[in-house]
Amino acid sequence: MVEDIDRYLREDKLPHIWCPGCGHGTVMASILRGFARSGIDQDKTVVISGIGCSGRASGYLDFDTLHVTHGRAITFATGVKMANPDLTVIVITGDGDGAAIGGNHLIHACRRNIDLKVILFNNNIYGMTAGQFSPMTPTGATATTAPYGNIDQNFNLCELAKSAGATFVARGAAQQPRQLIRIFKKGFAHQGLTFVEAITQCPVNYGRRNNLGGARDMLNWQKEHIINHRKYQDLPPEEKEDKLPAGILYQVEKEEYTEKYQQIITAAQESDDQ
Amino acid sequence: MAKRGKVNLARPDWCKACGICVEVCPVEVLELGPERIEIAYPDNCVGCENCELSCPDFVLKVVKENDE
Repeated sequence: MVEDIDRYLREDKLPHIWCPGCGHGTVMASILRGFARSGIDQDKTVVISGIGCSGRASGYLDFDTLHVTHGRAITFATGVKMANPDLTVIVITGDGDGAAIGGNHLIHACRRNIDLKVILFNNNIYGMTAGQFSPMTPTGATATTAPYGNIDQNFNLCELAKSAGATFVARGAAQQPRQLIRIFKKGFAHQGLTFVEAITQCPVNYGRRNNLGGARDMLNWQKEHIINHRKYQDLPPEEKEDKLPAGILYQVEKEEYTEKYQQIITAAQESDDQ
Repeated sequence: MAKRGKVNLARPDWCKACGICVEVCPVEVLELGPERIEIAYPDNCVGCENCELSCPDFVLKVVKENDE
């Protein structure tokens, strides 16, 4: 039987405000099931989110939570982790919050390899504010601010996180909750910057505007286009173009930032004593 | 005792009638009613938990009969 997630929910704040068919609820439940399997103490875990649809998640979760300013979830999380490295710190952000206004913080948190579990809900759009394009809106897709099509390239966030120095990089989708749960379980156990891109469908402000159908059609799109990274590797280049690899894409062990900082504190104290 | 459970409407009021559960069900159990999901054919349920895992609104739970 799958884990019961009731103990992690603030039921008085639910049902949530996410639209019918939005994938955020599925990803949030998968986070909780992965967390349950990780065996980490709920009372020693902090969940921090920024602004946007993804930002609502912290309000629904029965952990110590912070709902902070736009794009700054990772900065607040860095403060929490530096002040108390024993805590497990989970950041829930979105493609607008984490890749646009907070994009620089994401890069530098990766560079430091600080032990934050950064989960980015990628729905390809600014959903809460009615559909402006984000750095994850695909080239050519339409948005309220790109009615004739988006001319920007979108990021490959997993590649970005890896090259910036993240030590655990994974991608999953709302269509595959079982894979997401496995990713989160392993990601929560990793020591260092953990980055998970969770692709979720926004049927109301992205799908409808781009003639992608409803939530069920968008999930079928995910099924066809987001494929296991081992299968992806074996595809000929022309078939890779419209697909994304999923699963744990990269994991290495490297010294973590708060551990290195503790060494500095110890060295400074020893030099003071002399 | 059946090894697997059956789907239940744990929180019917939270359903937003998105229909994702109907899509992920490998057999025919659920139907979209006028306002929310309905368990139309409970006997067909094989207890796979796809609906519970995919429901974005935490409406459905697969429970064993003796746990109810």
